[in-house]
Amino acid sequence: MYNFALLDENSKREIRRALLKAIAIPGFQVPFASRELPIFFGWGTGGLQITLSVIGKDEILKVFDQGDDDSVNAVNLKRLIQLTTGVSITTETHIATLLQTRHRIPEKRLRSDQVLVLQVPMPEPLRKVEFRETETVRMHAEKDYGKMFVKLYEDVLHHGEITLASDYPVIVVDRHLMATTPIPRWDVPKLNQADNLYLFGAGREKKIYAVPPYTQVTPLSLDDYAFRMEDFKGAACVFCGSTHAYLNEIPAPGGGGQAHACSDTNFCHGNRKRQVIEK
Amino acid sequence: MGYVGVKGGSDAIMNADYLVEYYRCRNGGIPIAIKQIQDQMRLLVDKVISEGSLYSREVAAIALKQSEGEPMEAAYLVRAFRSTVPRVCFSIPAKSSEMFCIRRISSSFQHIPWGQVLGPSRDYTQRLIRFELKDEQSFINDPPKKEDDSPLDEPVEKVVDYLRKQGLMETPVKDAQKIPYDITRQPMVFPMDRSARLQRLTRGEDGAVLAFGYASLRGWGSVHPTLAEVRVGYLPLKIKHPYWKTEVTVGHVMVTEVESICSFEKTVDPKNGKESYVFTLGYGLVFGHNDRKAIAMSILDRALCSEIPSSPIEDQEFVLHHIDNMESQGFISHLKLPHYVSFQSALDRIRSIQAKMREAAADKLQGAGHV
Repeated sequence: MYNFALLDENSKREIRRALLKAIAIPGFQVPFASRELPIFFGWGTGGLQITLSVIGKDEILKVFDQGDDDSVNAVNLKRLIQLTTGVSITTETHIATLLQTRHRIPEKRLRSDQVLVLQVPMPEPLRKVEFRETETVRMHAEKDYGKMFVKLYEDVLHHGEITLASDYPVIVVDRHLMATTPIPRWDVPKLNQADNLYLFGAGREKKIYAVPPYTQVTPLSLDDYAFRMEDFKGAACVFCGSTHAYLNEIPAPGGGGQAHACSDTNFCHGNRKRQVIEK
Repeated sequence: MGYVGVKGGSDAIMNADYLVEYYRCRNGGIPIAIKQIQDQMRLLVDKVISEGSLYSREVAAIALKQSEGEPMEAAYLVRAFRSTVPRVCFSIPAKSSEMFCIRRISSSFQHIPWGQVLGPSRDYTQRLIRFELKDEQSFINDPPKKEDDSPLDEPVEKVVDYLRKQGLMETPVKDAQKIPYDITRQPMVFPMDRSARLQRLTRGEDGAVLAFGYASLRGWGSVHPTLAEVRVGYLPLKIKHPYWKTEVTVGHVMVTEVESICSFEKTVDPKNGKESYVFTLGYGLVFGHNDRKAIAMSILDRALCSEIPSSPIEDQEFVLHHIDNMESQGFISHLKLPHYVSFQSALDRIRSIQAKMREAAADKLQGAGHV
């Protein structure tokens, strides 16, 4: 009934062309005619269009949402991709050749033969300070990022520090300001000088951008107020005991005390498996 | 320590799928026939083909059945289906004077050539619930009889053409070289070409098009038109035959077309540089029978011609970004997805700032103690 990877071949080719342009100009948002998919806009259609356009029959695919392979939307995306391509699916980060993620980069460093596709809700980092597209396009063209620095400065002035939480803006190869999809600040350094290719797709906003391997990616900061990652102050995962992973807190009943668990479920399972073997 | 996250995704989804199917046909009813939806939910089907931007009454009816009659969901299904179908060719620009009208009214002139034809209109019905429909025994099945022998397929002259002949109405300059923009195949770039704007508007969500058009009429914009014409009917669609290069009619689409007469403006004739005043035009065309949407669209078409927007309704980015059903409902709904990671990041920030404030307050207190 449907074509391999759902979209018609011309649509896939158009998306691959946009990807090539995006890779050639790291951090630059390439507009494309995003297609409506059997998944809602805002639910990963940008990432999905990239995945469907680059996927091959021998691909081993991993899709995870907020670090979790078993999250309902990740499962739903996998169902669609598998239905229309028949590729193998894995939860193991190191086995996958193509990975699609919402809001996390795996804790385990990716290799040069792996591609990570990120789902992007708001591709425009300047939207925080300028709502008009024609104006943000001009600002990027002229590398006019003054307003963004003013925002950081005002943050420090009003709150004593930079309040940007996730989706922390970065500068790519000292040229384009880029939104980080919202991955947490914890994951931002992983974009810098990575071994793998990062592809970013915003379906609803109809933009594609990329960070090729070994690209310089610098978080925006002020000289006297540096970029800082989330601080888990001695907290450890209740399952694997890790203290070197992004942790989600688990509210205890009644509001007293907190526990934490790894957000990257495959990383957590791997740790636990190793612990069992070591015992 | 009980950890309750969204786990067991596959099972949960399968159970949800099952429940959806159960709710769709529960209570032992007979599954509704596609033909019944197509025939008796005519205006609902029209709404779905318009927003779904695919002229297939059958696909729209199946989508409505699948979505328990939810028009936005049905339109989404249609659009998603549309993405899997390749674009074959462009049609030859259709002439709406060739439309076979089932309805045609003008609010600018009482007596128009070929007359005012109400057609199947609810405009002058009383909005009283007809409880007899609860158990309908007799219903009209025979079409009304034609009372004179005038030809039915004659082209019907347009009111705006009458005004144009008198030099009272702007005539859009046609660039024969220019291929119309296709928003389904080309990126959305601002400022948008008029052909692209019209496509965004005609696919726009009924309620959103209405609300934005209404805002303009109330004064959040300057367009308050007189309707030259509202026509509803079957428009022949022609393509150039791939081998014989002749025009062939491939079918008819039911559309609603509106031409609005808007405020007059000073113009300069490009040929002789002569200055004059002419009315400006707002254009609306939607799949199916939907006067309301076509009228609102014609207001927005005009409003978006403003080069310097004086209100949000005249701002291309404001209107065209937010008018699409697929984009708006998708993004609003995405708030239901887990945001654990980004919220954790926000918690980190607020705690850090609170801690700083507490420190500062403590320092101040200590400082005061020393004095």
